[in-house]
Amino acid sequence: MIRIPASYLGNRIVTLVLTIFIAATLIWIIPRLSPVDPAEIALGRMAAGAGTVGNSEEILAQLRSRLGIDQPWIVQYVRYLWGVVQFDFGLSTANFPTPVSALIANALPWTLGLMLISITITFFIGNLLGALMVWEHSPKLVKVAIPAAMVLTSIPPILSALLLMWIFSAKLQLFPLTGAYGLTVEPGWTWDFVQSVLYHGFLPALSIVVVTFGFWALGMRGLMIGVQGEDYTTLAKAKGLRPRYILYRYMIRNAILPQITAFALKIGMLIAGQVLVERIFAYNGMGKLLYDAILDQDFPVIQGVSFVIILMTALSVFIVDLIYPLIDPRIRHGK
Amino acid sequence: MTTHNTAGVAKPDLTARQIRRMKRFDNPWRNPKLIWGAGLMLGIVTLGILGRLFWNTDLVFTGSAPLKLPPIGFENLRGQSGQAGFPLGTDGAGRDLLALIVIGAPNSLFVGLLASVIGMSIGIFLGFSAGFLGGRKDDTIRILSDVMITIPPLLILVVFQAAFGDVSLTLMAILIAAFMWQSPTRLIRAQVLSMRESGYVQMARLSGASTMHIMFREMMPNLVPYLFGSFIANVTTAIVTAVGLEVLGLGPQRIPTLGRIIYEAINSGALIQNLWWWWGLPTILLGLMFIGLLLINLGLDEVSNPRLRKL
Repeated sequence: MIRIPASYLGNRIVTLVLTIFIAATLIWIIPRLSPVDPAEIALGRMAAGAGTVGNSEEILAQLRSRLGIDQPWIVQYVRYLWGVVQFDFGLSTANFPTPVSALIANALPWTLGLMLISITITFFIGNLLGALMVWEHSPKLVKVAIPAAMVLTSIPPILSALLLMWIFSAKLQLFPLTGAYGLTVEPGWTWDFVQSVLYHGFLPALSIVVVTFGFWALGMRGLMIGVQGEDYTTLAKAKGLRPRYILYRYMIRNAILPQITAFALKIGMLIAGQVLVERIFAYNGMGKLLYDAILDQDFPVIQGVSFVIILMTALSVFIVDLIYPLIDPRIRHGK
Repeated sequence: MTTHNTAGVAKPDLTARQIRRMKRFDNPWRNPKLIWGAGLMLGIVTLGILGRLFWNTDLVFTGSAPLKLPPIGFENLRGQSGQAGFPLGTDGAGRDLLALIVIGAPNSLFVGLLASVIGMSIGIFLGFSAGFLGGRKDDTIRILSDVMITIPPLLILVVFQAAFGDVSLTLMAILIAAFMWQSPTRLIRAQVLSMRESGYVQMARLSGASTMHIMFREMMPNLVPYLFGSFIANVTTAIVTAVGLEVLGLGPQRIPTLGRIIYEAINSGALIQNLWWWWGLPTILLGLMFIGLLLINLGLDEVSNPRLRKL
């Protein structure tokens, strides 16, 4: 149905692979430039737990070989890249024998779920509001939303998260302060659990939606002004179609297209912002995992989380680029 | 630009207000958004300068004041009311919030500005090189900026700062700048590509002007509005990234920054203890900073693109 020219596809795949490769390499090189020795950190943690540690030299050597840092750099690097391809980031030093990939596998669904919900809501509300700002039949009240939307877009989600948390959790005590589900609820596919998850996820999602919908609204407003003046809109009106039908099928349908490209460019910032929101709400996702790993100086986890998030970003941009002709039949790749 | 053509503007069917506005837009730089935004930013800078002159900045040290005092006119949970000596209250470690903000706010702004200046300079250089020289150099720069633009800076910087521990403010700005050059590079490259074939550039080339002369003396002045806009947008991104790192507990450990104040407040349970001034004041200040930068950016857009100006 859609034909993607091989040259364009090849070009995009090269960029994708290069992105992943450079990110993986940066993440690998940086900690090795620092004087910190992960084996000593692990030993220090043991010593803190047990009081004293005998024959520490042997344990250090053991740990180094277990973590693979007694090998030459080039061997470590090749092993690391091979591991990354298989989503194997080694073992966590804070929860020692647990593989990093298991920790990430636990945290990732939370982050993905929260992200999917908040991004869908913000994209929907923002674009609808932006369209209504231009539509001549919309209520006067919508026009007031313009300055509000503008001001809110400039604020990062961490700040809105703090404010919402204070108002709704600390002051009004309507929503829980931290966590992704209640302490008394058993995780599983039960109604209680789902309810608890939705209840806990409401504020984190809201704090992202509140500050991001304006971006889409303003973009949509600019695009709708262009579509409003097009001949096909005038023709549709002249034919006597219902205004609502014209709005959805003629105006929004055409104006939404560049918004989807903007979505791809914005996704990296959205994910990074959400990681911070998760940290503030102590939400069980990648943000909390990353924050705990920073506190424990758990480098394999920090590397793994960073890499997975960068991979998610790069893949989303790649996918949006490729499916674009599906939603806009006028676009042909490679031209 | 500065001469006002008042004769042709005054039409009888316009109200006095509209006439005034028309006159005002004769000079595009007298744009209300730009003025408000610049005013906000100047206010924050002035706070930093005047604060250092007139307020005792030794109060940023731990234990230099009573703990958890509220701002003047409020009461905390222990029933203490605010004292005139600490008008914005104190935090959980006995530091005066006014002093913290006076020292911290310019620090956050400094990181944003420095990172953006460095990022812009790299971007201008690479963008011009790519667009003007073309060929393999262009391909390399284009692919590199395409690749780097998808990597969220926060995550690489988290790895860096977790590995190196305490970094200075300047180093943090330089690190952030390493991720601030991609969008100016792409923007400038696109503009240069379209300008390269224009008449005046051809003319300069025929007159034997050097590549450097054409790039920086002939083409650069035309790009100034774009560069300004991109610069301000980058300052915002840099501050957001810096605050993000600070809220994760990374970044400079011994210097007060707005993000670090928020980090300490969250970690000490300021939200549950209702110590709203501790995290709230830096949050509001950051919010104002972002709104100021946004207004400047919108104002600059209107200055450089007359079609956006309205009556």
